[in-house]
Amino acid sequence: MNGFAGTGRLVRLALWRDRLVIPAWVLGMGAFLVATTAMFQEQYARHPALLEPDTRIVVENPGMRVLGLVTGPHVGGYTLHRDALVLAVLAAMMSVLAVVRHTRQAEELGREEMLRAGAVGRYSSLMAAVIVALAANLVLAALLGLGMVVAGQPVAGSVIAGASIASVGIAFTGVAAVTAQLSSTARGATGLSSAALGLAFLLAALGNMLGTVDSAALRVTSAWPAWLSPIGWGQQMRPFADNLWWPLGLSLPATTVLFGMSVVLAGRRDVGRGLLPERRGAPHATPALSSPIGLVRRQQRAVLLGWAIGLLGFGLVFGALSAQIEGLEGEATEWYAAFGGDAGLLGAYWASMMQIAGMAVAVYVVTLLLRLHHDEAQGMLESVLGTAVSRLRWLGAYAVNALVGATLLILVFATAMGVTGGQALGGTVSLLRDLFGAALVQLPAIGTLGAAVVVLITALPRWSVGLSWALTVFTIFAGPMFGPSLDLPTWLLDLSPFTHVPNAPAEAVGVGPILGLGLTCALLAVAGMSLLRRRNLTLPA
Amino acid sequence: MRAAVKLVIEEVIPVATAITISGLVKDFGPRSRALDALNLQVRTGEVHGFLGPNGAGKTTTIRVLLGMLRADAGRVSVLGGDPWRDAVALHRRLAYVPGEVNLWPNLTGGEAIDLLGDLRGGLDADRREALLERFQLDPTKKIRAYSKGNRQKVALVAAFSSDVELYLLDEPTSGLDPLMESVFQDVVQELRAAGRSILLSSHILSEVEALCDRVTIIRAGRAAESGTFDELRHLTRTSVVVDTAVPPTSVARWRGVHDARVHDSHAEFSVDPGELNNVLEHLVGLQVRSMITSPPTLEELFKRHYGEDTVPARGSGAEVVTSR
Ligand SMILES: Nc1ncnc2c1ncn2[C@@H]1O[C@H](COP(=O)(O)OP(=O)(O)OP(=O)(O)O)[C@@H](O)[C@H]1O
Ligand SMILES: [Mg+2]
Repeated sequence: MNGFAGTGRLVRLALWRDRLVIPAWVLGMGAFLVATTAMFQEQYARHPALLEPDTRIVVENPGMRVLGLVTGPHVGGYTLHRDALVLAVLAAMMSVLAVVRHTRQAEELGREEMLRAGAVGRYSSLMAAVIVALAANLVLAALLGLGMVVAGQPVAGSVIAGASIASVGIAFTGVAAVTAQLSSTARGATGLSSAALGLAFLLAALGNMLGTVDSAALRVTSAWPAWLSPIGWGQQMRPFADNLWWPLGLSLPATTVLFGMSVVLAGRRDVGRGLLPERRGAPHATPALSSPIGLVRRQQRAVLLGWAIGLLGFGLVFGALSAQIEGLEGEATEWYAAFGGDAGLLGAYWASMMQIAGMAVAVYVVTLLLRLHHDEAQGMLESVLGTAVSRLRWLGAYAVNALVGATLLILVFATAMGVTGGQALGGTVSLLRDLFGAALVQLPAIGTLGAAVVVLITALPRWSVGLSWALTVFTIFAGPMFGPSLDLPTWLLDLSPFTHVPNAPAEAVGVGPILGLGLTCALLAVAGMSLLRRRNLTLPA
Repeated sequence: MRAAVKLVIEEVIPVATAITISGLVKDFGPRSRALDALNLQVRTGEVHGFLGPNGAGKTTTIRVLLGMLRADAGRVSVLGGDPWRDAVALHRRLAYVPGEVNLWPNLTGGEAIDLLGDLRGGLDADRREALLERFQLDPTKKIRAYSKGNRQKVALVAAFSSDVELYLLDEPTSGLDPLMESVFQDVVQELRAAGRSILLSSHILSEVEALCDRVTIIRAGRAAESGTFDELRHLTRTSVVVDTAVPPTSVARWRGVHDARVHDSHAEFSVDPGELNNVLEHLVGLQVRSMITSPPTLEELFKRHYGEDTVPARGSGAEVVTSR
């Protein structure tokens, strides 16, 4: 077992390095679940008669089934329909980032080399990273379970709920262990894992949308795609209703297999390298590369392609489901009616899907803009600003790429949804026109979040990554998908740019909100620019 | 007050300076002052060595010269401009090799060289090819696949491919093999012959001695010394080894003598500049049989300026300064 020598010491190192990050993730998720559970608990304690009809709304509505799996009228289950997907994605990302941080990133930065020069085995860092991520997920499971109990839910269901969310984190610990071997960069490893997460979400969402509803309209039985996804496996534990443990019999062996694969792969490759061979490249830069804009585009193109493929897939699926929405009846109609006024169910469905896509694109923009900070902290910026490129031009290169990328992605989604939606319902051309309009009105809100992130990067460079993600999560939760049902106060909802996005194509687009968002975006951008011009660069010492 | 000081300085500065720094202060926090009233002048057309122990403030100074850090106090002028305000215009006229070369791992060396050249406002294609040849650099490899020395060469070729007035080089040869080191020295000599100005921060004393017209030694954020090598030598102790007929037992008590070691009629010690004559008067009385005096070696010179209190006499087994 020499390959694992020194693992214990590396576990301690990793725990020490993560002493703030992992508790922040775990406590944040716990606090979110406790707060929302307590809120729904109190709401349905006051109006117990509403629980069944509310449950029916989310059961009968395929669009709502995307978010989660419902099993009977339970406050805990209803809360999880709102929270579980987000928590599962967060648990997966926590695990992926932890594993990559202690494996591929350490290699990329040359730290692994220093460690391996000691009495440290070939697999020790991988093993230590996996142990730390698994431990984080166990703590997460316990904390989430405890939180739901504290918020007044039955013990058995609460424990299952915590385990079901942590099981997704555990499965993605295995996924990240493999992707960290495949890609030679931390960014690439995280990207591959995120792609797997997107696929897992798509499969679970598809399985639930295409699932069957029982006669009381209180329970969904998922279709087969859900059974191919770790997110789906977690949902099949059906907390607060069936309380099943056996789906863990899918995710835990899958994790073990993935870990085994990662060890085999790690044994076959050199430190610091991926499994793909290193190819030669062009001896000269093309004119397209030789500008700040071109450089950013080049750095970003693989990521953008990945996002485009993802949004294309989601667009095709959600468009095809338009036919089901049209056939919708019963209580689910009310939800869409609330969303889209009286402009018809389909319009409201498209509006809500477009807004979800808008938020996803906003996440892409945030990842892109955070590279500004990465360039600065890693020292690439030093070489660029040593030439005749001004700080503002550098910032501008990112802004242009963000704008073009966001426009492209949202239009890809709209096109995909229009094509399959048109196939299902007819009238492709006019549908595409409507959806393009609805896509473009997302941009001012995306831009506003992006400009706020730029302000964070320029004002508080060292804290900008964490703060930017916190801000992003907040704006999404205070936005139209979650905000109103979370009972947040209006002023808080108004702080999210997504709250102000018009419900196109369901409703006519007002000029007011677009102008307001555009102005806010511009003001933030100007603030960011003037801050960047004034401050010192935080280059590596 | 500031305005008055500034006027005086401007009168003193000759026109032909590439870089002028006076009274430069840079703080990184309430109690961490990186530069403390630093003065530095690089004349047009000279190669100026910039030396000092680790953490002395060399990289910080160069980043202020590039407008990446803002001076907290003092006056800085690069090619007649203000590096903070006129950064872009000035950067068209200078090239920079950073101390730590961090480039984009997924670009090839050739792409990075072209990119940086274009961003500076264009590079000379012939020069680029000639430099690739001389430095034996393969431009088709990805940056992440280069060895440390080859990554350093990418930065050097990128900087030298542009014909500019001023080159700012921060430890430019770290990681180069001796052959490449000599190619680097040749290129710098050629640039100097062509009248270009160069600020060269380095820990390699032989390189500094071979290339630099003048040097500035910085210590704890202040210029400890500045001048040509000869000037610096005059400021430093001379080593003396002497045999006398009368045992030189009182050597250690003479004015200006340090590190004296006496063995029978043999003595080794070092003498402060300006005290040599006084020591000779003493020695005459002891009837000198043989005597060797030697100027300080480079290592001794720097060791003294880098902050060691005592400078051991020659041959005492002192370590050579090779801190990097
Ligand atoms: N970003 C920063 N934040 C805080 N302190 C810094 C920062 N950059 C530099 N310093 C401090 O400023 C001082 C000067 O550092 P600098 O990098 O200029 O030294 P140097 O002379 O280049 O050293 P070396 O020979 O090791 O390269 C050091 O004490 C360093 O710790
Ligand atoms: Mg330095």
